[in-house]
Amino acid sequence: MNESLPITAVADDPLLAVKEISAGYGAIEALHGLSLQVNRGEIVALIGANGAGKSSLLMTICANPPARRGEIRYLGQEITRLATHQIARLGIAHVPEGRRVFAGMTVEENLAMGLMALANQPVLSAAEQPGVVEDLERVYHLFPRLRERARQRAGTLSGGEQQMLAIGRALMSRPRLLLLDEPSLGLAPQIMGRIFATLRAIVEEGTTIFLVEQNANQALQLADRAYVLVNGCITLSGPGQELLTSPEIRKAYLGGH
Amino acid sequence: MWARWWMACRVGAIALLLLAPMVGAVLSGYQIETHWQRPLWLALAVTVGTFFCSWLLQHIGWFDRFGGRAASSTPAVTIGQSGPRPLWILLAMALAIALPFVVGKYGMSVAILALIYILLGLGLNIVVGLAGLLDLGFVAFYAVGAYTYALGYHYWQLSFWLALPLGALLAGLFGMVLGFPVLRLHGDYLAIVTLGFGEIIRLVLNNWVAVTGGPNGVSVVFPTLFGLEFNRRAKQGGTPIHEFFGISYSSDHRAIFLYFLLLAVVGLLIIMVIRLKRMPIGRAWEALRENEVACRSLGIHHVTVKLSAFGLGAMVGGIGGVFFAALQGFVNPSSFTFFESAYILAIVVLGGMGSTTGVIAAAMVLTVLPELLRDFSDYRVLSVGIAMVLMMVWRPRGLRQRRRPFFALPTAAEENRAAALVPGVDGR
Repeated sequence: MNESLPITAVADDPLLAVKEISAGYGAIEALHGLSLQVNRGEIVALIGANGAGKSSLLMTICANPPARRGEIRYLGQEITRLATHQIARLGIAHVPEGRRVFAGMTVEENLAMGLMALANQPVLSAAEQPGVVEDLERVYHLFPRLRERARQRAGTLSGGEQQMLAIGRALMSRPRLLLLDEPSLGLAPQIMGRIFATLRAIVEEGTTIFLVEQNANQALQLADRAYVLVNGCITLSGPGQELLTSPEIRKAYLGGH
Repeated sequence: MWARWWMACRVGAIALLLLAPMVGAVLSGYQIETHWQRPLWLALAVTVGTFFCSWLLQHIGWFDRFGGRAASSTPAVTIGQSGPRPLWILLAMALAIALPFVVGKYGMSVAILALIYILLGLGLNIVVGLAGLLDLGFVAFYAVGAYTYALGYHYWQLSFWLALPLGALLAGLFGMVLGFPVLRLHGDYLAIVTLGFGEIIRLVLNNWVAVTGGPNGVSVVFPTLFGLEFNRRAKQGGTPIHEFFGISYSSDHRAIFLYFLLLAVVGLLIIMVIRLKRMPIGRAWEALRENEVACRSLGIHHVTVKLSAFGLGAMVGGIGGVFFAALQGFVNPSSFTFFESAYILAIVVLGGMGSTTGVIAAAMVLTVLPELLRDFSDYRVLSVGIAMVLMMVWRPRGLRQRRRPFFALPTAAEENRAAALVPGVDGR
């Protein structure tokens, strides 16, 4: 899959290592030299309030906008200077905030768009690659709802189904690392629970997940490890369960005592 | 069965084309004898042989070893049918071919103009309808094409047949050059920049008098066909076509020639657009139009995708321009005002963004109707405006809604369902 990137990484290299990166838009700096790392097979959550820079961090990992300082390593290789589409082709699938499915296309076509990351050039037909049928079956198995709606236009799906579709589309590119930006945004708690349960199943199948969430409670319950982001800096980190019981977190994000 | 015969016949036709000069013309002494039966027999043998080989490949198992996987593997992607039925397409083609023999000289000039606008509409449709980039300066590429032919002839005696690809290439290049700075822009901002670009081209043509002749324009010669001229007497050093065929001179010949040439170009373009819509690049345009952020995170390089749309659209515009110059016999900057851009955009919007049939219909309506309503020509622009308003009220998506071919990936359990795919009518 990764012909373009010679993977010379040692097995104990973290999947993703972010080292002291700063990024921003124009005169505003959103991230101030933050570092974190994601290991293989983990679910890592990043929680924080509105405007803390959570989405900016995910976008910066995807080089949109690129980091101003610091470096981002993926499997030991530096990817800080690569373009967004090149990063996507390395096996880092980004599910942007607000789902962003292609409303005019059918569910199946949306999933097929995920194959674009597999082809080295957009004009090559990615659907010719072997194993596409199995990938599609896998996505339908994770989200049976999508199979029911396969020939329906994505714009007609409910919010939860669109979120499933966005995740499924990302999975079609056979990612090693899945970056999820607020998958719970605007979803009913029940649907949200179902999607979070599926995330666990995705990790068990070998994809690592880096999750950005405002819903701290859900995210911390799911995550193996978590980071807390405040005004562009990491203030706390630790295992999800530990943070869940920490008094500071309870006060700031969980609204309880 | 029929598909296989059809395939075999095509192979046979190619064999005939190749073999006819090789086997049919035999050098004997100082003379060439023609044996027209020989290539025919050989072509027949090739046709029948192809048919049986292809039949064998599919039906006899052990033959598969040589036949490769093509016969046995299922296609990876099923493409749903879209667009009008073959019957309608045949009917339209028959009508288009019969037209020159039905309408008179005036009708022909209207038909040629309509074809040029169809060409321009389809070109802009790639940019606006398919890729979703609002371009208000499309006329710039039209002007580049027209001036490539005009100035090329003026300075270097460039022939029409050379100007055609050259004009397309130059216009495509201009499209890319415009594309680069506007890559970051969307919607309204993009529209304003392209509007400015269109005006820049026109003003340069208008004011660079030393090269372009300024408002006085440049005259253009009519194209020749394999060196045969369409004039009463030879002016460009060739033979007039009526003398060559021994028929009497008629000024209709040049109109008929231009008409059929344009018809062929438009036909090729339609096929190209249909193919493009089904290719991954067409998918990428569609995806880019709907959501750029998602596109980039899926590994689609927005720069290539946008530039390809701009470049291809501009190329078509350039071809339209070369034809326009040939038709008019004269170009000057006043043909390339913003009004033209707006008119072409009106064609795309009225026809339904992204719909090929819709754009063709709208181009015909917007060029033929003003001719029919000559008496009301003062109200031409007004009527277009009223038509636009009415369309936006009643059919906001255009005369014909875009129908897109849809794709189906085969799944393990759904192999059969994909085979029985219903025609992809998807109202958007």
